[in-house]
Amino acid sequence: MKNNLLNKDQITASLLQSIVKLNPIVMINNQVMFVVEICTVVMLIVTLYSIFNNEFGSVTFNLIIFILLLITLLFANFAEAIAEARGKAQADSLRKTRADTPARQIVDDKINLISSSQLKKNDIFICLPGDIIPADGEIIEGLATIDESAITGESAPVIREAGGDKSSVTGGTKVLSDQIKVRVTTQPGESFLDKMISLVEGASRQKTANEIALTILLATFTIVFLIVIISLKPMADFAGANIPIAAFISLFVCLIPTTIGGLLSAIGIAGIDRAFKANVITKSGKAVETAGDIDTLLLDKTGTITIGNRKATHFFAISGVSRPTFIEACMISSISDDTPEGKSIIELGRNEGFKMKDLKIEGSSIIKFTAENRCSGINLKNDTEILKGAYESIRQIVIQAGNFFPEDAERLITEITSNGGTPLVVCINKEIGGVIELQDIIKPGIEDRFARLRKMGVKTVMVTGDNPLTAKYIAEKAGVDDYIAEARPEDKMLYIKKEQENGKLVAMMGDGTNDAPALAQANVGVAMNSGTQAAKEAGNMVDLDSDPTKLIEIVEIGKQLLMTRGSLTTFSIANDIAKYFAIIPAIFIIAIPELTALNIMQLHSPGSAIISATIFNAIIIPILIPLALKGVKYKPVGASALLRRNLLIYGLGGIIAPFIGIKIIDLLIGLLF
Amino acid sequence: MNTEFLGIATQFVLTVALSYPLGKYIAKVYKGEKTILDFLKPAETIMFKLSGINPELEMNWKRFLKALLILNLFWFIWGFALLMTQGILPLNPDGNISQSLDLAFNTSISFLVNCNLQHYSGESGLTYFTQLFVVMLFQFVTAATGMAALAGFMKAFGEKTSKTIGNFYKYFILSITRILLPLSLLVGIILIIQGVPMTFEGKIHISTLEGSHQVISQGPTAAIVAIKQLGTNGGGFFGANSSHPLENPTYISNFVENISILLIPMAMVFAFGFFTGKKKLAFTIFSVMLSAFIIVTSISVYQEYSGNPKLESMSISQSHGAMEGKEVRIGTVATAYWGISTTATSNGSVNGMHDSMMPLSNMVQMLNMQVNTWFGGVGVGFLNYFTFIIIAVFISGLMVGRTPEFLGKKIEAKEIKIASFIALLHPFIILAPTAIALYLLLNTSGNNWLGNEGYHGFSEILYEFTSSAANNGSGMEGLNDNNTFWNISTAIILVAGRYIPIIGQVALGGLLAEKQYTSDSKGTLKTDTATFATLTFVIIMIIAALAFFPAQVLSTIAEHLSL
Repeated sequence: MKNNLLNKDQITASLLQSIVKLNPIVMINNQVMFVVEICTVVMLIVTLYSIFNNEFGSVTFNLIIFILLLITLLFANFAEAIAEARGKAQADSLRKTRADTPARQIVDDKINLISSSQLKKNDIFICLPGDIIPADGEIIEGLATIDESAITGESAPVIREAGGDKSSVTGGTKVLSDQIKVRVTTQPGESFLDKMISLVEGASRQKTANEIALTILLATFTIVFLIVIISLKPMADFAGANIPIAAFISLFVCLIPTTIGGLLSAIGIAGIDRAFKANVITKSGKAVETAGDIDTLLLDKTGTITIGNRKATHFFAISGVSRPTFIEACMISSISDDTPEGKSIIELGRNEGFKMKDLKIEGSSIIKFTAENRCSGINLKNDTEILKGAYESIRQIVIQAGNFFPEDAERLITEITSNGGTPLVVCINKEIGGVIELQDIIKPGIEDRFARLRKMGVKTVMVTGDNPLTAKYIAEKAGVDDYIAEARPEDKMLYIKKEQENGKLVAMMGDGTNDAPALAQANVGVAMNSGTQAAKEAGNMVDLDSDPTKLIEIVEIGKQLLMTRGSLTTFSIANDIAKYFAIIPAIFIIAIPELTALNIMQLHSPGSAIISATIFNAIIIPILIPLALKGVKYKPVGASALLRRNLLIYGLGGIIAPFIGIKIIDLLIGLLF
Repeated sequence: MNTEFLGIATQFVLTVALSYPLGKYIAKVYKGEKTILDFLKPAETIMFKLSGINPELEMNWKRFLKALLILNLFWFIWGFALLMTQGILPLNPDGNISQSLDLAFNTSISFLVNCNLQHYSGESGLTYFTQLFVVMLFQFVTAATGMAALAGFMKAFGEKTSKTIGNFYKYFILSITRILLPLSLLVGIILIIQGVPMTFEGKIHISTLEGSHQVISQGPTAAIVAIKQLGTNGGGFFGANSSHPLENPTYISNFVENISILLIPMAMVFAFGFFTGKKKLAFTIFSVMLSAFIIVTSISVYQEYSGNPKLESMSISQSHGAMEGKEVRIGTVATAYWGISTTATSNGSVNGMHDSMMPLSNMVQMLNMQVNTWFGGVGVGFLNYFTFIIIAVFISGLMVGRTPEFLGKKIEAKEIKIASFIALLHPFIILAPTAIALYLLLNTSGNNWLGNEGYHGFSEILYEFTSSAANNGSGMEGLNDNNTFWNISTAIILVAGRYIPIIGQVALGGLLAEKQYTSDSKGTLKTDTATFATLTFVIIMIIAALAFFPAQVLSTIAEHLSL
């Protein structure tokens, strides 16, 4: 970050841009600075006029004010330019991944070798091992391991396959093995990355609702001070003070909120930029801002709150079945079970001292999990059938076979469930053998993150397919505020709608196609890059890392954006007090000598007072650029404490700083003249 | 000395103590809960029946405003017509003539907007008929208008989400029958006991001890004085207002009148708290207003009590303070306190000449009116404060990283637009006409307006426009203001300064009422904390007061520094 701030190329480019941006057509988008530009032009005319006629005061003084105003404008432009340059640098590095690559387009079953830029939406191409994927798309056939490090920085390859939730591929990533057939899903130049690039480059940047409201407020301040300055002319005349036009103009420019006016767009760009740095692509600046406002956060249990999948933690044999027999049966039934649960059963068995080689499964047949039987297992050579599955399905099988479901098994199941575990019931020849306890492992450190969110005022909601008892247990353990148990995709949607009806803003993260409606409904929908194209289209952000905890970071980035804007506005307005005390006595002191008493800063001379205030007004902009780019630090300490802290720093600081600053500048000017 | 300070301290404590139960009572009245004055219900029902009003009809904010404005227009025409024809109307024992067109225009508007700027003297400029049926009537109805506006606003925040904000006519009538009328009766009776006249007979002709002939004006004074103070109206029966011995004969009458000035404006803050159930918020708002009030009072009291150094150097004793333009029976401290009370509340009655007060007293008096929200006019003072809350909420919301919200309602561009416009209006309608007046003085001839030259003359002009914009009505006098320029210019400012804020504020209330309600969370910024209160205070000072800093420097501050 620091390196970026001092990057030489960026600074040179930005300096050039600050002059280009003087163009009034560009400038008019920033009303406060546009007003300064008008004042600068007026001062230029006054300066030129005063060469021939001394009606408007001395040439030197007019020229100094003109130059100072011009510098103020350039500083403001520079702030915006440097923010854009930093965004651009990041965009460029990503754009490199999109450099033209050859694409194997399939037309009428024949492969045409064309350039990636020629690919259009719904074209189909094929990728072989070693190929760079030429465009964003969806796999329609095949499976491949893909290296996405160019986009995510993550070196471990990922698997993408047709159908399901992992079917989308990103242009610029590399196929490592196998081959896939892909349908292009975006028009050239309209991919997320392209959108993001134009967003940071300012081409498609639109003011957010909040920015508009702030602009109105800043315009109000500008108009108030315009009224003050215009009405001051006859007042001064009445008091018999002859005040040069340069003094009026510099007082005006000092009073209007130029500091925030000059930094406003830089703050906005920097916000998007910070999201970008966190590997999140946003479709609009608004999404980042909304993220800061989030009241409710929907998080999937698996992968976010708990590590991956459940693990077997205990074997419970029922009375009448010996423990070793039971464990052996469990392990045998899991040998060909490739699910994480199955593997964890084998692992637990080994930990209990059972060896794989002791398990005899020759000549047995596997019973695969189907939607119909809803359990899996094995048929041994000696006609022993071992089945394991969820409570309901096994119970049905056992009872249908005319056997009864033992009471102690029921008791075990209730016990496991109430401890947040999931019971996996095992039956041998349609008689209950025992229960395996599966447990979720909560991610270390997740409780702290939720505590932090709670302090921010964000309510966390866990979404899980588990039964309510398990869900409640994990929710309590992880410290989330609410949970949706036995969640179907539409439950997320319903929950979001219900929260929104109460005026809450909701964020969620999702990857599957069935998440798409909820992603669209949520105020901030973050789609994982590994997710389906439908999910990515529905959300307003894409997380390149596909990291479910990223939402927390996004919320902080949004808050920082608003805070930086608010704090610098406060600072800018608070500065006015000192500027009044510098300039007002200065301009009237000759006509009304008694006003010396108001010159509390003991400034050198009327001229130096005006110049010092104007210089301070100009240089405060570049001084605050690093803060505008980095953002005001967010601490989750509650709204009132945060307000107190920021008011002390930027409010009180904003009142005091210019008194000191103007005095120092005045002393330096005093040394020069 | 000690009794003088003890006097205002007692008044102050008593006013605050009385305003709390009164606020509770007012909230009950607007909520329609049981009160001790429920026996008036049949009378009110008859009034509603006669005027064809269904008091239970709920209005949305647009309809509410329409009712408010139409009623005001009606009163304007009423007042204008009566003032123009008062010479031939009954109850005119002294044979006073009808008002000129521009004066009638100014007077009618000035009383209509609860300002009571008087470019005439009551003794000769009005008849008993217009005193009662224009001045006194308006003093009731305009106070009730402001209170009804606030009642609608309270209704807007009393519910979570609502399309309507109550019935304007109902709030209007109840404000009169349940609040203003009973209190006026009480105050009027005390004033009569203290010696304020209440008669329909004409001037008294007497021979003094010296043998010279004297004519003393009188009339139905007590009735008018009571409501003039309670309704933050301020228009006196006599030209000299409450410094006149027949309007304010004793220290006791002064005591009671000063309490009446502050009572309802203070009570309205508590009423908001009781009505909406946000008592803590009401307390913090009250504290900000009270602190500001105490600060400005201290400045003015100190200035008046210390006396004028210029006079001291001319060996005129200032041991009783700056007594020029003040009444001996009242004294400097109580006059300074009144000066603050009357300007802080948009009342505008005076018990001493503001023109003769110390420059820094004039400075804080003008500051009060420029800010116009340290309690402010009945109803509208609180609404003004609310405008600044909107801006404070917006800025502080940004500072804590959340889209700003106030009482569960999100503050967005539209609200900021309205609040900004109202905040901007005040500097504009004070500074622009002041600049124009000064320009005309310097560049045209024959404008014989100023009684004083220099800084003090500037103060007089600034004061007049400030007072008009704030609908205050007090003047520094010394300004020759009964002429076309002043009558017309101040009338325009009066209308703008009254109706634009009311329209904007009721609209704000209505718009926010319609919005979705969001319940509080940990991230929600509390608006009832000391931090937020301080921020609101600073924002008021920066927006409303700082804009006037250059003008104040060139008038009151320059005058003070040259003493």
